[in-house]
Amino acid sequence: MSINRREFLKMAGISTILGIGGVSAVQGVRNRVEASQVSQNPEALTAKRWAMVVDMSKFKSEQDYQKCINACHLSHNVPHITDNPKHEVKWIWTETYEHAFPGNEDEYRAERFQHMPFLMLCNHCENPPCVRVCPTQATFKRKSDGIVMMDMHRCIGCRFCMAGCPYGARSFNYKNPRPYIDESKENLEFPTRMKGVVEKCTFCYERLAKGLKPACVEASNGALIFGDLEDPNSAVRKVLSERFTIRRKPELGTGPSVYYII
Amino acid sequence: MLEKAIYGGRRYWVWIFFLLGLISVGFLAYLYQFKNGLGVTGMSRDVSWGLYIGQFTFLVGVAASGVMVVLPYYLHDYKKFGRLTILGEFLAIAAVIMCMLFIFVDLGQPLRVLNVILHPTLNSVMFYDMLVLSGYLFLNVLIGWTVLGAERKEVAPPKWVKPLIILSIAWAPSIHTVTAFLYAGIPGRHFWLTAILAARFLASAFAGGPALLIILALIVRKYTKFDPGKEAIQSLGKIVTYCMYVNVFFLGLELFTAFYSQIPGHMHSFVYLYTGLEGHSKLVPIMWLSSILAVVALVLLIFPKIRKNESLLALASISVFISLWIDKGFGLVVGGFVPNPFERITEYWPTIPEALITLAVWAIGFLVLTVLYKIAVSIKEEVVFDKYGEKQIRTETE
Repeated sequence: MSINRREFLKMAGISTILGIGGVSAVQGVRNRVEASQVSQNPEALTAKRWAMVVDMSKFKSEQDYQKCINACHLSHNVPHITDNPKHEVKWIWTETYEHAFPGNEDEYRAERFQHMPFLMLCNHCENPPCVRVCPTQATFKRKSDGIVMMDMHRCIGCRFCMAGCPYGARSFNYKNPRPYIDESKENLEFPTRMKGVVEKCTFCYERLAKGLKPACVEASNGALIFGDLEDPNSAVRKVLSERFTIRRKPELGTGPSVYYII
Repeated sequence: MLEKAIYGGRRYWVWIFFLLGLISVGFLAYLYQFKNGLGVTGMSRDVSWGLYIGQFTFLVGVAASGVMVVLPYYLHDYKKFGRLTILGEFLAIAAVIMCMLFIFVDLGQPLRVLNVILHPTLNSVMFYDMLVLSGYLFLNVLIGWTVLGAERKEVAPPKWVKPLIILSIAWAPSIHTVTAFLYAGIPGRHFWLTAILAARFLASAFAGGPALLIILALIVRKYTKFDPGKEAIQSLGKIVTYCMYVNVFFLGLELFTAFYSQIPGHMHSFVYLYTGLEGHSKLVPIMWLSSILAVVALVLLIFPKIRKNESLLALASISVFISLWIDKGFGLVVGGFVPNPFERITEYWPTIPEALITLAVWAIGFLVLTVLYKIAVSIKEEVVFDKYGEKQIRTETE
C-alpha cells in the first residue's frame, strides 16, 4: 500500500484525535469510581464527621504531651529534624495559649493559662481552605467521614495549601526525610515520604480502618476524646454539651473539628 | 523569520553567550536543588513561598502590561504606538515564559507538574492561573508572529488577527487579576486578604511594565537603526506616571485601613516590612529602598519638563522598575507570611543557589526577549514608517 504525505498526515491527525478522545473518556469513567478497598474491614471505626476534644485539665506534665506526640510521630514515621528548625516536619505539637489563640491575649489573664501549652494538630475543617486551593486534589476532604486527607503521591509540592491553612498545620519536606527517621523505630506498615511533598495529621485514617482509635488518643489516657460530631450520643458530643470549649480561629468560617476544654 | 536571529554583530553574540553563561550556572544550581530538595533555598515551614513566587507574581504584571501599548493602538487608533506594539507583545511572551519557569522551579515535585492538567481542579485558583497564562502566551505568540510576518512581506495583516487582538486586550488584565486571587482569597493571611489587591497588582503592573518597555525602547534605539519613536516613549512616560501615582495611592489606602482601624493582624505585616517586628527587621532596608525609589520616580515623573528629558525619564523608569520589583517581587510575598499563623516570626532571605536559579530564569527571559527583539528590529529596520509611526504598505499601483 502506498500512501502520500497528505494521506499520512490525515491519518495521523485522526488517530491523534481518537487517542485523546479515548483517554479522556476512560478518565471520565475512572473519576466517577471512588477509590475503594476490596471490602471494608467490619471492625473499622466509622463516623459522619470525626472530631476531637482536647481536655487541657488532664495534661499535667510535659510528659503527658510528649506521649501523644511520640505516639503519632512514631506511628507515622514523621522525621525528627533538629538541625534546622525551618525544615521541621510536625503533625502534632505544642504551642502556648497566646500563640495558639492569637488575638485572644489578655495581659492580666492568670499566668498558668498565658503560657499553657496546647496540643496543635490539623483541625480537619468542615470547610477546609487547603482543599479549596490545592490544584491537584492531592489534599481532599473524605466524603464519608470528613477527614482532610493527603495524597503524597499526587502532591506536586506547590505549597499553596500551606499558604491556605490558617492553622499552620502543614509541613513540607524541604529535604529527604528518610535519614531523619530512626530506623530501629520505623513503622513498616506506614509509608515514609520523599522530599518535595506536603504532609500533616490525617486523624489516623489507617488505624480507624483497622478499628483502632488515633495513636495520640490512645496514648493520652483519656485527655483526648475522639468521636463522631454528627452522632448526638458520641463521646465528643457528650463533652461538648456539658463543658465550655473553644476552637482556634472559628471566625474564619473554616469549621475546625478540634475543640479545647481549658 | 527565525533566521534573523542568527545574524548579528560581535556585541550581539557577546550578549547571547553572556546570557547562556548565566543560564548554565543557574542550571547547575537547579540540578543541586533538584537533587537535595527546596531545603537549599531560604524558604521554611513558616515562609513557604519566597523569591521564586515573588518573581512569578511580578512578571505576570510585566506580561499583562503589554496591553498598555496594544490597547491605545488598536482601540483608540493611537498611531504613535504602532512601532511599539510588537515590542510590548514580545516582552509579554518573554515575561510569561519566565512566569512558567518560576512556578516550575518552585515545585517540590516538578516531574509531577502535569498533575495540574491530569486532575483539573475547578476550585483552585492555580488551575485558572495556568489556563489564563498559557492562553495569553498563545495569543501573544500568534498575534506577534502574524503581524510581524505580514509586515515583513509588506502586506496588511490577515483579518482574523484583529478579533484575537481585541481578545488579548481583554485577556491581559485577567492574568493579573487571577494572580492576585491566588493571594486575596486566603483566609487568615491578613496582609493579602484585601479586596484591593487585584487593583493594586494592575496599577503596579501598568507602571512597572511600561517603565521596563521605556528602558528597552531606549536600548533598541541606541543599538539599532530602529527608532520606536520619541513621542511614543513620551506617551509611555505618561502612562508610567499615572499608574505609579495610582499604585502609591492604593498602597496608602492599605496603610490607612490597617493603621486607623488599629487591628493588630492588619498592621503586623506592614510594621514588619517597614520598621521591623519584635527585633526582626531583615526586610526593612530593601523596603525603604523601594519607598525612596518610588518617591524619586514620582518627583521626576510629575513634572513634564523633567519627564521630557529622556535621560531623566530613563532614570525615573529604572527607579519605578526597581521599586516595584522589590515591593512586589519580594516584600508582598514574604510580608504575607510574617508573622506566621501563631504570630511567631521566622525570617526569610534567599540563598545563593536560589539567587542563581532566579538569575538564570531572568537570563532565559532576556534570551527569549533578545532573540524576538532581534527578529522584530531586523524586520522593522527594513520597513518604511510615515511621520505618525504607521508602517507604509506597498500598494499595487506603486
